[in-house]
Amino acid sequence: MNRPDRLLAVAALAVLLAGCQTPQSGQTGAPIENRAAAGAAGAGSGASTAGAGGAGVAGTQTPGRAGSAGTSGSGGSAAGAGSALRDPASILSKRSVYFDFDSFVVKDESRPIIEAHGRYLVANRGARMTIQGNTDERGSREYNIALGQKRADAMKRMMTLIGAQESQVETVSFGKEKPRRSGHDETSWAENRRGDIVYSGE
Amino acid sequence: MIPMNFLRSLSRAALVALSLAFAAAAPVARAQLTIEIVGGTGTAIPIAVSGFEGESAWPLGISGVVAADLGRSGLFRNVDAGGVVPRPARAEDVKPDFWRARGADAVVVGSMQAAADGRVEVRYALVDVVRGGTLIATQFVVTREQFRATAHRIADEVYEKLIGHPGVFSTRIAYIAKQGSRYQLVVADADGAEPQTVVSAGEPLLSPRWSPDGTRIAYVSLEQKKPVVYVQNLATGGRTAVAAFRGSNSAPAFSPDGRKLAVTLTRDGGSQLYLMNADGTDLRRILSSPSIDTEAWFMPDGRSLLFTSDRGGSPQIYRVGVDGGAVERITFDGSYNVAPRALPDGKGMVYVRRDGGRYQVATLDFATRQTQVLTAGPLDESPSLAPNGQLVLYANDSGGRGILNAVSIDGRVKQRIVSPALDVREPAWGPLAR
Repeated sequence: MNRPDRLLAVAALAVLLAGCQTPQSGQTGAPIENRAAAGAAGAGSGASTAGAGGAGVAGTQTPGRAGSAGTSGSGGSAAGAGSALRDPASILSKRSVYFDFDSFVVKDESRPIIEAHGRYLVANRGARMTIQGNTDERGSREYNIALGQKRADAMKRMMTLIGAQESQVETVSFGKEKPRRSGHDETSWAENRRGDIVYSGE
Repeated sequence: MIPMNFLRSLSRAALVALSLAFAAAAPVARAQLTIEIVGGTGTAIPIAVSGFEGESAWPLGISGVVAADLGRSGLFRNVDAGGVVPRPARAEDVKPDFWRARGADAVVVGSMQAAADGRVEVRYALVDVVRGGTLIATQFVVTREQFRATAHRIADEVYEKLIGHPGVFSTRIAYIAKQGSRYQLVVADADGAEPQTVVSAGEPLLSPRWSPDGTRIAYVSLEQKKPVVYVQNLATGGRTAVAAFRGSNSAPAFSPDGRKLAVTLTRDGGSQLYLMNADGTDLRRILSSPSIDTEAWFMPDGRSLLFTSDRGGSPQIYRVGVDGGAVERITFDGSYNVAPRALPDGKGMVYVRRDGGRYQVATLDFATRQTQVLTAGPLDESPSLAPNGQLVLYANDSGGRGILNAVSIDGRVKQRIVSPALDVREPAWGPLAR
């Protein structure tokens, strides 16, 4: 006997009606992503980009090596010319970029930070960084891993567009797993919707 | 009469006891989770589980565990079986009039006797005292260490005979416990007993997924400062990083035959679906899209996958063959539908939807496209179906701490599993015992 069929029947009519009223454009309530920007981001990611990194190999038994090949292999490369990275007066000391709810669109106010780091990568070809995407606590853990990844990818794309090399930037996502603030309010959520720039060797 | 009376309540089946006693995991404080029935209490089969004859010769008996399993399921109500002289031990000892007068519809009796080889012979019978008749009469020869497993097996058999679905008292569950900055992947019996820490890490763990035979668990760890997918052998404790590619590696899902693993990788740009052997070899890409594709979940026949994608402008659930090809959109209602888990019969799924800012667990019937919301939110996540399809474990937050909850597949019975000290999330129900 099929339980779900009968159970679901209870809500059938109401849902059908709701479905009719709101076809797939039912974006009610949620802050809206900029789909144009999303499309642009998608175009970039559609092309095989980081495949040449050679970091992971199917079946690898050494996660330490494979897992951080993009970040630790060049340890110290950022340190030589890196004093600006630690100078509080330099824009390069700014490492966090913030995003709107459900969005991976880089806000105009964040562009100078990202572009400064992109120029740094261009000027320091030995420098390597990881961009870590993060999300607020709402929604699926796995989907948030993907959303955080899109945030990191969007930041990377701005850097490569001005000349940084693919191999200099690995983008990863922590999803909602490593919140900077633990509150359950918009202030905390806004702080946690974030991409962080971490140079290798730091 | 008993089965027919309670067919209506089938869906409340398997409200398996989740009094999770997180005792064994050494770094985890000894803390007992307790169950609160939040809603949906109603008719339950009144059953008397008589103390087994000879049981007192052993410190841990069997009848008490059977009664506890059945009672916590929410589908049975324990009727006092004490003070009966002589104590019934076999089906023919059960006097239906007497037990009906006590309010029972069914009676479990049994006996335990030391065998010559040091093991113990356990006999039991299930008697329908309304219609009359012995529904089960069987025996086991077990070791002392198998008492609990034997009790769960008896409870499973009683449950299946009276309810019509396999019982899940002999199954195991996995979950992530957080204590301070430590994360532990814990495996425990379905009643919470005998918890064992499988992995302990100083970085977040998530997405535990059982192999269909219950011997391995795939999960995601951030120990390498990025998401890496591991497969861990529960017997040996050995683990393999099956996906540690450049970028993020997440969302593992075992195929029904246990040979394949679907994962989400960003190694080629964007979060995309891949299929690999469960040991990490023979990687191939399932789909190529400019959008987020993640959270793959195998349909029971192993031929297609449910997954979440934002290709339509918002996160929605789709289906695609394991070899790629045409993509079928499954959800249309609302702007956030994620975390699909196929029902065991393949006729529907459990998932998470957002409605007016509330994240709720819901079911969807594929044929009728009917949705039923099972939970109230506001931040419900990580649904996991019992292997008999009758109950959904899920996680949410209570007072700043993660807790586990259970809801019947019809949404009628809800249980909250609380502990004063533990922060738990990411429940994953293991397969039926074989």
